[in-house]
Order: sequence, then C-alpha cells, then structure tokens
Amino acid sequence: MTVHSTAKAFKRNAVRAMQDEKLQRALSHVRTNFIAKRQSAVDKLPEFEALRDTARDIKNHTLAHLDLYLERYEAKVTESGGHVHFARTAEEARTAVINICRRLGAKTVTKGKSMIGEEIGLNEALEDAGVKPVETDLGEYIIQLRGEIPSHIIAPAVHLNRDQVEADFRRVHTGLDPHRDLSQPTQLLAEARHILRERFLAADVGITGANFLIAETGTSVIVTNEGNGDLTQTLPQAHIVLASIEKITPTLEDVAQILRVLARSATGQDMSVYTTFSTGPRRAGDPDGPGEYHVVILDNGRSAMLGTQFQDMLRCIRCGACMNHCPVYHAIGGHAYGWVYPGPMGAVLTPSLIGLGEGGNLPNASTFCGRCEAVCPMKIPLPGMMRHWREREFERHLAPAPQRYGLALWGFFAKRPRLYRPATRLAMWALALFGRGRGSVPFLPFGAGWTSHRDFPSPQGPTFQARWQARGKQGKSS
Amino acid sequence: MSVARDEILATLRRSLGVNGVEAPRRAAVEDRLARSPSGVIPKRSQVTGAERLALFKRQAEEGLATVVLVPDAASVPAEAARYLRDSNLPATLRIGDDPRLAAMPWETTALDVSKGPSGGGDLNALSHAFGAIAETGTLAMVSGAENPTTLNFLPDNHLVVVAAGEITGSFEELLGTLRARYGKEKMPRTLNLITGPSRSADIEQTLILGAHGPRKLHVIVVEG
Repeated sequence: MTVHSTAKAFKRNAVRAMQDEKLQRALSHVRTNFIAKRQSAVDKLPEFEALRDTARDIKNHTLAHLDLYLERYEAKVTESGGHVHFARTAEEARTAVINICRRLGAKTVTKGKSMIGEEIGLNEALEDAGVKPVETDLGEYIIQLRGEIPSHIIAPAVHLNRDQVEADFRRVHTGLDPHRDLSQPTQLLAEARHILRERFLAADVGITGANFLIAETGTSVIVTNEGNGDLTQTLPQAHIVLASIEKITPTLEDVAQILRVLARSATGQDMSVYTTFSTGPRRAGDPDGPGEYHVVILDNGRSAMLGTQFQDMLRCIRCGACMNHCPVYHAIGGHAYGWVYPGPMGAVLTPSLIGLGEGGNLPNASTFCGRCEAVCPMKIPLPGMMRHWREREFERHLAPAPQRYGLALWGFFAKRPRLYRPATRLAMWALALFGRGRGSVPFLPFGAGWTSHRDFPSPQGPTFQARWQARGKQGKSS
Repeated sequence: MSVARDEILATLRRSLGVNGVEAPRRAAVEDRLARSPSGVIPKRSQVTGAERLALFKRQAEEGLATVVLVPDAASVPAEAARYLRDSNLPATLRIGDDPRLAAMPWETTALDVSKGPSGGGDLNALSHAFGAIAETGTLAMVSGAENPTTLNFLPDNHLVVVAAGEITGSFEELLGTLRARYGKEKMPRTLNLITGPSRSADIEQTLILGAHGPRKLHVIVVEG
C-alpha cells in the first residue's frame, strides 16, 4: 500500500475546495504566473516544437527498450561504486531506504523534493523507524510542518498564502523572537534558510529524487532552483536517490534534449538554476561528497502499464504544465484529487497506480478542453487516456447508477436516429414550456448539479439537428 | 541479483512482448549508447567568438548572475577584491586546490584567501569552472579537490572564474568536452550546471534569491 488516498471522495473534496476562500486566493497565482512564464520562454525558442517531438521520440524509444536500458544503467552505477536497489512495491522501497539508514545508525535524514518519496509515504515510515526526516525544499518544508501532502508536483505549497506560512513558522520555530517581523516572503525564506542550514550540516543521510537516470554513464540527475537538493546529497555520509523505472534515459545528449523542454514548461526558465549530475560516491582525492551512493528504483505498477493504452503516460517528466493550464485544477487545487499526483497527469496516473476503484473519479475531472495535451512537453495524449479510463469505469459498472442508466438511455436513442430526433424535439418542447417567460429553467429533474449553481437556459427554436438539416437544404438550393 | 530486480525485468518483458535477447533490440540500444546522437540544437547556440561571449553574458545575466570580463588570469584577484568591496562584503575567499587559481597573484590584493572545502562557515567562495554553455548562460563545475562541490552551495556569495575559450555554444558541445576529459561513458562524480544564484518562488510565487545556495553569483570571464 502507498500513501492514503481520498480520491474516492473527489466530489466532496472538490466542493469543499471551491468554498475555501483562502485556497481560492492562493490558486489565483497559478492561473496567471505559470501560464505567462511558460509562454514567454517558449516564444523565445523557435525550436521548442521540434524539441517536443525529439523529447517524445527519445522516451518512446527508451520505453520500448526499457529492460535493456535498466540493465545497462544498473551495471554502470555498480561500476562507479554505487548500489542499485530494485523495489517492486512502495513497501520494498521503504524497506530499502530504512535498511540503509539503520546500517549507518542515521538519526536524521535531509530530503530533497521527491514525488516518489511522497508516493511511497517515506516520511511516515522513517519516523516509525526512529529516523527524523527533514524536508528541505521550501515548499515541502512548509507542508511537512503542516502535515500535508503536496498540492502541486513542482510547487508543493502553492495552495497556501503568505500569512498561513507565517503562522506555521511562528508555531514551530519557537526558539526565535516572538515579535520578529515575518510580513514579507523574503523574511520567511531567510528564516527557513537559517533553520534548515543547521539540519543540512547535521544530517546523516541525504535523500533526493531524480529527474533522469542515465544508462550511458550510471548517472542520476536532479533539477532544482533552491540548491537544497545539492546540500542534501553532498553533505551527509550517504546519498540515496529515489526514482521510478521510467526515469531511465539513454544518453547525456538525450537528457540535454529533454532538459530544453523541462524548465521552460515548468517554471518558464531556459534552464533551472541547478542541474546536477551525480555518478557514484566520493572518489579518491575528493574533499567532499557522500561516502555511499544508493539508487532505489521503484516499479509500483509501472511495468504493467507498458504495452497498454496508458504506456504514453510513462513519458511524463513531472513538469506540472498540465495542471498549470487545467481549468479544473485552477478551480479546486491539488488536494481535492486526493492522492499524490494532481491535475491531468494525476487523473491518468492515479488509477494506474492505485486502481480504478480508488482513483476512478479523477478521469472525470476534466472538461476535455485539451490544454493539457497542447502544452505537454512530451505530447502525452492526456484527454484521450482519461477517456479510456471513463470507458473502463463505465464497463466495470463503477460509475454511479443514475449516470450509468442515464448514459445507457441516451445511448439507446443516440443509436436510433429515427427515435432520437422526435425525442429531442419533445424534450426541447418540454424545456421551452417549462422556462417560458423567464428564458431559463431554475430546476431540472436529475440536473441539480447544474441548476443548484445557475439556471439552465431554456431552448430557443428548433433542435440543432433540425436547423443543420434546414441549412443543408438551403445550401443545396443556392 | 535480487528477486525484485528479476521480477521487474520479467514484467517489463512480458508487457513489451519480448524476451530480452532479441538481437535487433540489443543492437538498437548499443547503437544509441555508442553514437549518442544529438537531436535538435537551437540555432541561437551556433555562434562563435565575440558573439558567443556576448550570448553567454546575456543569458547568464538573464539568470540573474553578474558577469565581468577580464583580459587575463592575472587580473582575477583584483576583480574578485573589487567585487567584494563594491558589494560591501568582507575581504575573505575560500578556494580549492585548482592550479589555475594557485597561479594567480592573490598576494597583490588584501584578500584573506583560505583553501579547502567548505564546512558551512565561509561567506565567500571562488571556484574555477570546467566550462560554460553560452546557449543558457550556464556554468559547468566538476567535483574534486581542485574545486570542491561544497564551495558551489554553502557560501553566501559564489565567484566563478571561467576561461572564455572554454565557453561552448551548445549543451552538446560541453558534453563533447566532458567526454574528451573523462572518457566515453564516464563522468566526474558530480557535474553541477549552474545558471544564476539560488532562488525560490514557493511562497505566493514571489521570486526570492538565496534560498539555500548562494545569494549572489558573480562570473569572471578570462579572455586571455
């Protein structure tokens, strides 16, 4: 089992999110900043579209040969003095990490941002094992103080406002002057930097994620802006890399291609501040760096996605562009999705990893506007895959009964045009009658989801099909 | 070899409908690893000489680093001293064992220069870059006693020396020089690509410099 999911309660979560005034204030930044920054970075690189194609092709090639590249990667890590630990499940991954910490007698562990760490619920497991995990990415640090999971894969605390962070810092950083000024984000950052600097220097083990694992050289790559990942992996006696199998990339050149679309899609930078390539532990003559280098490679259901309709999802490089451009994410934020991965990529990935029974609601959280696919640097057909999940949900009778019967009823008529036309004419006539004088309908049977928030406009004139037909006749005659 | 490893590989092969020993698949993998083909290289990076230097400077400054050009290596200590003085910073510097740095006339300045990795107590550090990428204004730093990795991250202010002749146009050209130095399929323990000073936008998406790494990044390009 991985971290607890509330994805089943998606609808309730979403309603609560839309009524949360603080959350709505915080989300207003997503709608404007991320989109504008990405667009400006993309506009400055004429080759961006061509790079999306090469990035997609590199991942497709890698996935088709993933077994062989994994073997090569493992051999190269071993050759450079590192260790690879394969984990089929979240539990195996947690055990691998905890065993290393126990062997080294680790008391505290610093952590760079890792979605795999979230996926396997590592912090809780470390605490149970008597090891104190300290998140060092500013956003991750804030949500760790609050006992929350990230609401965004690259901006974990995007659901919070400055004053909420201030309140958390005052609550937790009790050794400091209670009258200190924390009214500016710069002051909050300075305080976190000061507190975390001591943690970096005291940590026994450092855990980071990985954006890429390079088969050619046995190298792991992290991409950050803060430098916390580098302090995490450089200072302690051991560096543990957490990554999933699809992070494998064949060569350094392939990484260079994908890096060109990663930061631009994520934060709108040409290049993130720190892109760090790590190959093995400290070498002879090195005055710093970790004495041990471990890579825990997690499967957790991914190997079974290959060869299915969901294989393309394994191209995802976790840039966050899909959620940054998603009207549903803009309205409800990340926590409503109920598990580790929010937004369109989460709506596709979550059912794959924790099952359709748990995550089946998420693929419905889309207007199918298509923006996610349009901005995805890896050209993942996200709406198409959400549609596949909806079909499966319907086939397996997992959708609520009124929805299933409603669709079945509609399907019956839709497949029979001779019945469909008079039936829709009848429905329109009834609706028009119902809304007469007002031009709108305040209440619909089975339609409260619509009418409890706004009136349904009553139909004006004949059906679309009737008008289309009339237009066709006109066209022919003229 | 672990059970988990074998089972993951077996599941992958079952999903892909392969057995792992097919010659064409193996050849495709070997070929890619041997040739490491380049994909699309942005036209912007295909410049040389003064144009390349100008591109590096422009891109690094866009990443919020400061860049100064000096005529030769002997001018580096004076420029470092000037930068610290103008920034109202103490005249101290932590450096590694790089012979290129050791050969510079530090004694002509009032700088208090100490050697070795950082334990967290150094305010200012100076490193010599392996190279740089003009395309994105990125510095390439490699680990080792010459330029310890801790100097890139622990000090508040990081000064980096780079030789103009070692600035490449594209990312791929830098990878070429890395292979020439370390050998095919080999890497230094750590390669840090650095584009500007440390930053975070995790609070209300407000960009703030100096998150955990250096608050300032000053690049000294040696033209001679």
